Amino acid sequence: MTLAIDRNDTAIRAHAESYRQAAAGKRRQTLIGIAVFAACIWLSALGAEVDLGKLFENIGRFPNYIWQTLPTLRLATLGADLAEWYWGLFRWLRLLWQTVLIAYVGTVLGATGAFLLCFAAAANLGRAPWLRFGVRRFLEFCRTVPEIVFALIFVIAFGLGPLPGVLAIAIHTMGALGKLFSEVVENIDLKPVDGVTATGGNGWQVVRFAVVPQVLSNFASYALLRFEINVRGASIMGFVGAGGIGQDLIEAIRKFYYTDVSAIMLLIILAVMLIDLGTERLRHALLSLESRA
Amino acid sequence: MSFAIPTAERDDILQRHAAAIRGSLGTRLATIGTVAAILGLFVYGLTTLETTLWRVLAGFGNLGGFVVLMLPPDPGSWARAGIFVHALFETIAIAFLGTVLAAFLALPFGFLAARNVVANRVVHFLARRSLDTVRGVDALIWALIWINVVGLGPFAGMLAIMTSDFGAFGKLYSEAIEAADRKAVEGVASVGGGKAHQIRFGLLPQVLPVIASQVLYFIESNTRSSTIIGIVGAGGIGLYLAETIRTLEWQQTSFLILLILVAVSAIDFLSGKLRFAIIGRRAV
Repeated sequence: MTLAIDRNDTAIRAHAESYRQAAAGKRRQTLIGIAVFAACIWLSALGAEVDLGKLFENIGRFPNYIWQTLPTLRLATLGADLAEWYWGLFRWLRLLWQTVLIAYVGTVLGATGAFLLCFAAAANLGRAPWLRFGVRRFLEFCRTVPEIVFALIFVIAFGLGPLPGVLAIAIHTMGALGKLFSEVVENIDLKPVDGVTATGGNGWQVVRFAVVPQVLSNFASYALLRFEINVRGASIMGFVGAGGIGQDLIEAIRKFYYTDVSAIMLLIILAVMLIDLGTERLRHALLSLESRA
Repeated sequence: MSFAIPTAERDDILQRHAAAIRGSLGTRLATIGTVAAILGLFVYGLTTLETTLWRVLAGFGNLGGFVVLMLPPDPGSWARAGIFVHALFETIAIAFLGTVLAAFLALPFGFLAARNVVANRVVHFLARRSLDTVRGVDALIWALIWINVVGLGPFAGMLAIMTSDFGAFGKLYSEAIEAADRKAVEGVASVGGGKAHQIRFGLLPQVLPVIASQVLYFIESNTRSSTIIGIVGAGGIGLYLAETIRTLEWQQTSFLILLILVAVSAIDFLSGKLRFAIIGRRAV
């Protein structure tokens, strides 16, 4: 048996026509989209001063640069070569530790600030609307201005050293975490809140006994994630004189101490990877703790 | 009428439900231990990071002075304002082009790093680790390296954004591809579609919206990161930002920050709209 379709049937024809029109409309939309996209690309290529000739002419320098940063390691004198490559190991390890501490202290300060502000920024706890609006705009400002810009300003206000780095990271962390925290608070179950309110609890007690137990593990998980991001951020704080290993790194890059560049970068990448792994473990443990409770 | 509980009864209730009200000894010790460890490391950090109360107070005093000097935001002259706006355009161009190029370049690597496309464990492992390494290096450092290749200017910044995003996109693509549903691909195969059909009609419709939304999100976040890439001389508004801060032209600094805030929120708004248009409200 065949299911032949009479193509000359008027109803079928009308269908075919409307299908063709719909398909043509969609195609037209796609073409317009591609044209707009291409125009944007062309405009931004102008803006970014793209020069393919220069790129192709000098592209060899890119692998060359990476090649030059690699140390000469010979099997016969491996120990001595390694020692020469990592001649400043203890200094760098100390700076790396300082970098991690900057990230840690900044995260703790920022998370504390975010914790204090997130309840005012959440829409479901019934605070004053003007307060919510103000807190939200403030948090937005804190996370939109890049932390290194804060660091630049703080270096002038507080002097060189790790302190401006800590404060810059703390402010940026407060903005980013404040938003995430308030979203967590907005998603809580409101029944415990009603319960505490019904037994006569005041605003502070509602937050302490009805909200915090629901959100704490999520908060901790976000804070750990942020710590991870902040370690990366702290590693470049030294570029503007705000402490950490970035100072030595930019000096090595600017002065073409090639092997130092690779040595320091390798240390940073290793540290970031280790911290990634550690915080991932902790976060999984936290989340499983919550699902068990 | 009062609902107050007599003291004796209250004490009795407290005693009977002590575990529920106060928590068991173990959990309390664990809580105290965790808080003590967090605080201890925090205090240790504060002491080693050259923070003295006096320095903090003096710094905040200075900062207050700067804020007063920043008001009102003022570019200085119309010519200066024109230069700043042009730099902002450069910044957005760097973010847009860098992200789009990275999105295209990362596509093949996304397939290489996806476990269900390349079965070879060694290739998979190498692809993943090299993407991780590229991602682990900050865009600012890539900018310093690219400046050695193409010289100072926005081109180096664009290449830096491209490189650092390349790693992130590769990872995201491979995850999206691994998470794709096999059923659609099998469906296309069952009605006689070839390999190309399977990818075009089975895999791509699933992966494309995820990828498009990620690309838009990255354009947003790269607008923020490309504002600072100029600090090392790789084009964009960061150069002027660093310059006006170092020369203490606070009114111009606040004008630049205002400009960045406006641009970033405009792009947030636009890409939010586009994201809804591409993948619909539910998937955001």
